[in-house]
Amino acid sequence: MRRKERIDRGIKVRTEGIYAISSWREILYLVGPRALLILGLLALPLILELAPYWKRVINIMCVYAMLALAFDFLANYVGLVCLGGAFFIGAGGYFTAIFNVYVGLPFYLTIPLAGICGAVFCTVLLLPCLPLRGVYFAIVTLMYPLLATRVVEAFDILGGTNGITGVDAFPNAYLESYAIIFLVLFFLFAMRRFVNQDIGLVLRGVKDNDQSVRASGINVTYMKALAVFVAAFVGCLGGAYLAHLYMWAGLSLFALDFSIIPIAAVVIGGGGTLVGALIGTLILVPLSEFLRFFGTFRIVIYCAALTAFIVFKSEGLMVYAQRKYHQFERWAKV
Amino acid sequence: MKDKAFLAVNGITKSFGGVFALADVSFNIEQGETFGIIGPNGSGKTTLINCITGFSKPDKGTVYFKEKNITRWPPHKIAHIGISRTFQIMRPYYSLPAFKNLIIPLWSPRARKLGGWRGGGKHGDRDTFAVDILEEIGFERDSRVPYKLASTLPTGYQKRLELARCISMRPEIIFCDEVFSGLSMSEIAGMMPLIEKMKSEGVTLIMVEHRLRELFRVADRVMALQFGEKIAEGTSTEVIENEKVREAYLGSEEV
Amino acid sequence: MEVLVYGIINSVILSLYALGFTLVYSISRLPNFAHGALYVTCGYLVFVLTNSIGLPYPAAAVVGIAATALIGAVIYRFILIRIRGMEISEIIATYAVGLAILEGLRWGGLRGMTFVLPTFYPGSVTLFDVSIDIQRLIIVAIGIMTFAGLYLFTHFSRIGLALRGIAQDERAAMMLGIDSDMTAVVSLAIGSGLAGFAAILVLPLGNIVVEAGYTVLIFAIAVCIIGGLGSWSGAIISSFIIGFAQILTEKFLSSHFTMLVAVLAIIVTLLLKPSGLFGKQKELEERV
Repeated sequence: MRRKERIDRGIKVRTEGIYAISSWREILYLVGPRALLILGLLALPLILELAPYWKRVINIMCVYAMLALAFDFLANYVGLVCLGGAFFIGAGGYFTAIFNVYVGLPFYLTIPLAGICGAVFCTVLLLPCLPLRGVYFAIVTLMYPLLATRVVEAFDILGGTNGITGVDAFPNAYLESYAIIFLVLFFLFAMRRFVNQDIGLVLRGVKDNDQSVRASGINVTYMKALAVFVAAFVGCLGGAYLAHLYMWAGLSLFALDFSIIPIAAVVIGGGGTLVGALIGTLILVPLSEFLRFFGTFRIVIYCAALTAFIVFKSEGLMVYAQRKYHQFERWAKV
Repeated sequence: MKDKAFLAVNGITKSFGGVFALADVSFNIEQGETFGIIGPNGSGKTTLINCITGFSKPDKGTVYFKEKNITRWPPHKIAHIGISRTFQIMRPYYSLPAFKNLIIPLWSPRARKLGGWRGGGKHGDRDTFAVDILEEIGFERDSRVPYKLASTLPTGYQKRLELARCISMRPEIIFCDEVFSGLSMSEIAGMMPLIEKMKSEGVTLIMVEHRLRELFRVADRVMALQFGEKIAEGTSTEVIENEKVREAYLGSEEV
Repeated sequence: MEVLVYGIINSVILSLYALGFTLVYSISRLPNFAHGALYVTCGYLVFVLTNSIGLPYPAAAVVGIAATALIGAVIYRFILIRIRGMEISEIIATYAVGLAILEGLRWGGLRGMTFVLPTFYPGSVTLFDVSIDIQRLIIVAIGIMTFAGLYLFTHFSRIGLALRGIAQDERAAMMLGIDSDMTAVVSLAIGSGLAGFAAILVLPLGNIVVEAGYTVLIFAIAVCIIGGLGSWSGAIISSFIIGFAQILTEKFLSSHFTMLVAVLAIIVTLLLKPSGLFGKQKELEERV
């Protein structure tokens, strides 16, 4: 009788703890993939000098990556499934436009400010469903972007269907690309650190067993609100950047794409590993550009891929890749 | 109606759709004593704990802790003032290793204010502190056991982890919901010193138990419940010799 | 008076939207976020069958409903059955499927205002000084008959009783030999069929547009949450509450706000009484 067993690779074991710096091979094993990711991303705008259209695609991809990070964090580390990422983008975008056009602040102030204000706004609006089961949170987040478009349209506020025009652009194309890339990389590593800090562990505890967290004297609703604030902050920063990129904030910021692509990216890229969100967007967004030719059919394709992954391979690509990288399999006699 | 007792429970009544899980249960607890709650299955013991610790809201009745009315407070507030409980159906934080499970209670506002069990852990380095607590509980420090994922621990260790979760917050009262159930004799023998240690530190223990022999070794006073009503209260010998208690557990001769 | 009449009509329409959704949720605990998509699909199918293929309308209607029910069953059998129990995956998967269907229809040609379903009986009458389309009267009449029919079905027929058994306690019903997967397929088929049925009744009042898919889903969810997820009588009562609220807003404010009313109602309910009016789920948080 044989069975398959998975064993950590030798080099993985040799890189535990202090031994990670014992030789160049170990250091390369650990640092390699991360360096590849960072350097690759940083080099992209330079490589794509030749194809300016694709530079804009990369910028937009990074915005999606921010949303995907937020979704992965909320869904897989705190247990809250947010089906309406577009709401964060819209909030961030509109706040930036307000600060820039009506108040006159420059972009390096509007973006952080819009991030914070948008996050507060989103957290307050999501407060009612935080004490309840995950289904209700999912339902309400699903509805908020759809509702927001109707409200803006109906009351004809914030520029109505025309949106707010005249938002400043970035002074420099390199700044445009690198600003968002730095934001993405920063939040990727910051979130990683955050979920392993004590406070991050409490949030993960909320996902696993919130009654136990309550019995430990911690107010779970407050923790969930904190998590939503963090995720909304990341999302709103993305939306704020987008408003400056398009020089316009309008109803399309609440579009369905912004809700669906992050979810698909996380499922395909690997939920629970924040990197998976980034990898997922790296695959999906350029793909969606190719598919733009098909019109709204591309949404059908994302959804089909999303469903296929959820049903059949719900662990995602990064989890699979990490497993292959760290462990090997072999047949063993029982 | 205030009582001078440490914990005063008065007239707790709870019904679920017409069935009375608890009917007018009252008792007082002194500080530092070990109080046992016994009764056949379905007598409402876990519901009683839920009502006192805020996980359920009683329909009627009051709970006073150190002369403060804590009836219907939310569970985290009750835990914050010093009443903690274990869960009968244990669900440790599966995705975290055993010692990281303790980070969560050590992070709570209460632990941060008072310092966890044995002081320390007020700022930073909760990790070593968590391992210290685990060692006191009975996990072997040098083995891999404290670092294993909580979902892979055997039951005895999980129960002890559950108790460790309670102790980390330096509670004044611990409600132990069937901590001895599902353990072998050697595992119980391993847990007894822990309970003795907590007693000697002055923690008030309220233990709901089915294993009467072990309970009577540690309990000062015992209360018996049946069908949600209190049928006896007193020392362990008094309760065990009570007619109604015998009837509840063993049945009576008359049909 | 006008408010009363239109209120009743609107409420019956809302409850027809919600019936399919609440049926599936109360029986199999599956939140079917593809509900709106199935609604639009049936409408479009019937349109294609009558216009392009030339089937007579009644036949097309029957085929359309049956096809929608079949699609629902297929969704369960091939997708949901593998992720049963993981609520979040269920929501995402049904939402994705619904989205795929809706956007697929949009790409496949469902754009613009030209798609209309014929009414059953054209013209209007005047009742109580209010002019009402006959179609709307038919909707109310058929709606009430549907409620009665469903009540009889679930209380007196074998399959119906099996469905109620599974709804009340899944494990106990399984021990009695009722197959949980089979009932889920049946309930999803009936739920989808009801969505299609609602489409055939209500779509003649306007055009077939893809946006209706999202609107119907939101209204169905609103009705179910306010009435309490899992309770049929709650769904009917809450559809009357929302229905009248919407008509009143339409009369005194403007018709832009109909969706706002529904969503506000959801939020208010979640704040005050999260289990809804008649919710069977007393504890919405994880059990101890």
